[in-house]
Amino acid sequence: MYPSKFDYLAPETLEEALAVLAERGDEVKILAGGQSLIPMMKLRFAEPATLLDINRIPGLDAIDIQNGHVRVQALARHADVVRSAVIKEENDLMAGAAPWIADPIVRNLGTVCGSLAHHDPEGDWASVMLALDAEVVAVSKEGVTHFHPGADGTQHTGGTRVISIQDFLVDMFTTSLYPTELLTEVRVPRYERGGGNYQKLERKVGDYATVGVATHIELGDDDRITKAGIALTSVYAHNLKVTDAETALVGQAPSDELFAEAGRIASAACDPASDTRGSAEYKRHIVGLFTERSLAESLKIAQGGQS
Amino acid sequence: MTTTEHKPHTSPEIGGLGHSRRRVEDARFIEGRGNYVDDITLPGMLHMAIHRSPLAHARIISIDTSAAEAVDGVVAVVTGELLAGYNLAWMPTLSGDTQAVLATDKVRFQGQEIAAVIATDRYVAQDAARLVEVEYEDLEPIVNPQRALEEDAVLIRDDKEDQTSNLCFEWESGDKTATDEAFAKADKIVSLETHYPRSHPAPLETCGIVADVDSATGQATLYMTSQAPHAHRTVFALVAGLAEQNIRIVSPDLGGGFGNKVPVYPGYVVATAASLVIGQPVKWVETRTENLISTGFARDYYMKGELAVTNDGKILGLKVDMLADEGAFYADAQPSKFRAGLFHIVTGSYDYPAAYVTTRGAYTNKAPGGVAYRCSFRVTEASYLIERLVQNAAYELGLDPAEFRSSNFIQADQFPYHSPTGFVYDSGDYETAMRKAMDMVGYADIQAEKEQARKEGRLVGIGMASFTEVVGAGHGEDYDIIGLKMFDSAELRVHPTGKAILKLGVKSQGQGHETTFAQIVAEELGIPAGDVKVVEGDTDNTPYGLGTYASRSTPVAGAATAVISRKLREKAKKIAAHLLEASEEDLEWETGKFFVAGDPESSVSIQDIAFAAYTNPPPDLEAGLEGVHYYDPPNMTYPFGTYIVVVDVDPESGQWKVRRMIAVDDCGVKINPMIVEGQIQGGLTEGFAMSSMQHITFDETGNCLGSNFMDYLVPTAWETPRFELGETVTPSPHHPIGAKGVGESATVGSPAAYVNAVVDALQHMGVTNIEMPMSADRVWHAMQENSGG
Repeated sequence: MYPSKFDYLAPETLEEALAVLAERGDEVKILAGGQSLIPMMKLRFAEPATLLDINRIPGLDAIDIQNGHVRVQALARHADVVRSAVIKEENDLMAGAAPWIADPIVRNLGTVCGSLAHHDPEGDWASVMLALDAEVVAVSKEGVTHFHPGADGTQHTGGTRVISIQDFLVDMFTTSLYPTELLTEVRVPRYERGGGNYQKLERKVGDYATVGVATHIELGDDDRITKAGIALTSVYAHNLKVTDAETALVGQAPSDELFAEAGRIASAACDPASDTRGSAEYKRHIVGLFTERSLAESLKIAQGGQS
Repeated sequence: MTTTEHKPHTSPEIGGLGHSRRRVEDARFIEGRGNYVDDITLPGMLHMAIHRSPLAHARIISIDTSAAEAVDGVVAVVTGELLAGYNLAWMPTLSGDTQAVLATDKVRFQGQEIAAVIATDRYVAQDAARLVEVEYEDLEPIVNPQRALEEDAVLIRDDKEDQTSNLCFEWESGDKTATDEAFAKADKIVSLETHYPRSHPAPLETCGIVADVDSATGQATLYMTSQAPHAHRTVFALVAGLAEQNIRIVSPDLGGGFGNKVPVYPGYVVATAASLVIGQPVKWVETRTENLISTGFARDYYMKGELAVTNDGKILGLKVDMLADEGAFYADAQPSKFRAGLFHIVTGSYDYPAAYVTTRGAYTNKAPGGVAYRCSFRVTEASYLIERLVQNAAYELGLDPAEFRSSNFIQADQFPYHSPTGFVYDSGDYETAMRKAMDMVGYADIQAEKEQARKEGRLVGIGMASFTEVVGAGHGEDYDIIGLKMFDSAELRVHPTGKAILKLGVKSQGQGHETTFAQIVAEELGIPAGDVKVVEGDTDNTPYGLGTYASRSTPVAGAATAVISRKLREKAKKIAAHLLEASEEDLEWETGKFFVAGDPESSVSIQDIAFAAYTNPPPDLEAGLEGVHYYDPPNMTYPFGTYIVVVDVDPESGQWKVRRMIAVDDCGVKINPMIVEGQIQGGLTEGFAMSSMQHITFDETGNCLGSNFMDYLVPTAWETPRFELGETVTPSPHHPIGAKGVGESATVGSPAAYVNAVVDALQHMGVTNIEMPMSADRVWHAMQENSGG
């Protein structure tokens, strides 16, 4: 690989890392798993002046339960999610999506938080988190003024910010993270009676999704849907939360017809491009089909069937 | 020729033919201790990086190298203008065309070489290569051969004096009149138009060179990724004007080739010229993207086939018309006489009197290449077309595709079989291979399940291909590469201690030659295979040969090895007679020793004979036990087989999955069954890849959309189907050990089986064709268009 020249820093504490970020700001790219960043540097699509490797920072790799949330920290790998007993017990959509991430080799190094911070519209985790109404936690050095170059004059004085996933994911390859901030965790609310599922059409293992559909539903005591999450991968300029389809489900008794309607709404909401993975017409069809299939699967899990 | 069981004649300790001897080369590969071109580091070695065209077609207004030259560590920046001073701006291709080494007038495909930076460090070279500034004037990019041949299409090869259009070649084979007559008698004409898409061999090791020209002696040592080092040396002598005896090409361990390492690439020439001028070694190794966008691609044939048939299921004749997308330079590596390779084997496994094949090749603004990727000189395209046509013909006649094949097969007693396009098939038993595959898959049960599945809303398909390959080019009379007859050679020396060294003109790229060729010697001389060292790839230390491609190593160099072993055995017999004080006529051979007939106690081993050859030779015999043989095969060999694929297709999404894949291959006598199996498994995987996912595509401006492994897909173990292998053994009657070669059978034969299976699942809807690669999208569209959905 022949990247452009870069500085490589590998601090051993979070404080040091935040200091580097505060000092060097937007010339820095953070290296967690590097499974998107390194290939981009190799092709010179990314030419960061400084690579800040956070892998030596202890205490950043937990997957656990905290304050009613399931928490996945910055250095938790996709493979950790696949293996996690907490995830398996707590969140069906994450458990279902994790084995679909890239290939086993990428999963061994790539991280959930890195994938979110990268915000490739073809990434699977952003759809999962949109369907789950996740939040991310970002930290920056306290006591100095941080500027956001994208948003006019936005600034803050450092510390910890909790950002809803919808506010976090701004546009393709763009988040609301400040250049001086480090994304330390993503967390999703726990639920009582629910189920989730991820459907992905890919040409081979390791391929980006031709179409990806994440669904999550929660059921009340009356068996009606109390909460629904639907988000799409690779069929819009960014990962797309289909709020209209979610709204159509909430308060309803689940049925094939209802899920077909959600599929139609999702199919109408997406705006896929024709490319080597497939035609726009086909992708739109698959969005509808997979939304329907995914919701049926989520329901089965929510009703106590096996995931 | 009957199908026979072949059991090893030798003990496992000797390890002759038929033993699944473990690959001796694997230990160093698995331990990461192979020696590839990129592992070679020489004192004072410089590094080269190439600046390539971002555009598919444009006139070069100016090239400014000053910024690149100013970078610290840059030694030189080479342009075509500089090379022109040495008459090296253009070079000949293996198809007798010319190719720009570094572009001077125009760029003709995206990724074309424009300038080369030589620097003290590989990173510096890459950084500086990006600083070369080229001013262009855009020209119309021509990205398909149909457009290329339209009258108003801009002329791509305006460098060639006689070139007035983008027509690259025209070629025909067979008998037009006889074929027209056959068609006039037909009840039905079944036709199929299809595109065999452009793919790329994508060897894991990209191409590269370390060029080391000693300015004091004029000796050029070129460590090169070469499947054909001897032929490349001759080309270098012709291109660079270097004296051939002063060129030594060393092709070290190769990380795959698949035909990609047969052509001569501009990078090799520039690195050599740079080393010559600068006086220091120069290394150039492609990046993955460079390999995919600029080196020898595969296929890209637009084919129209028509089969003339009778209502009772007999084939009368075949017509094929093709349009080939050759890219910007006609650089197919193939025998000179045959402009479309050996495509005219397209009549396949079937017996009918007439065929007529016409082909036009067109220049386009794409990378040159054409013959690569385990294709046996375009037999891949031929086999695909005939096997797809045969299935469609069966449907149209309301016949079972297997029975339709059966009633048209060349029969076992018809060999040697003279095909209507001039081939002489050596041996075969197609019916037996097909029935064996049908038994393995449970053909009748699957056909029955198909009906039931449709009632349940499931789609099941079964597809077959009964291919005939033609490999082992070839007899020198008809087959040559740039004039070099396609013989090959083996040089064998048995040392005093009975250990042997075998040197070959071919070059393994992963085929396991170090293992298998030793087994031939073991079989013929009874020397344990482990005592035979196999040497290849160094032109100063091996006899001249045409190299490894087109499945020719076993048919040609394997034959040479058997023949030279037998010649040494004849000499050994004279020495044995001397040692046993017996007459030669009274001696009999048994693996590894001669003994006096009727007195088995009076024997002498090959090891003792070898020792005597140097210590106690008969007075009238020259010392030593050594010889070289150049083998010109009397004919090519014709491996065959039947592949059957069963698929399940999701009627809602178009996704399809291989449920079963049966492969019955007949490659004649096997040297090492395990290696044969490996070759077949690899080829079936590549066939699956081409049919399901691989495609080098271009956008309308000529941008290559398959420039890395995220876009050009290579299947992993995860999605690759499980293969069930079977065999029949029909020896080649003219090959010394009866072997036919197997390196390309599975790549050639399997794509049609996969496509036939998916088409079969959709056939009741009226679907007759799905283009490769069969993405779920394409399968879904085929269903939509044919079911009124």
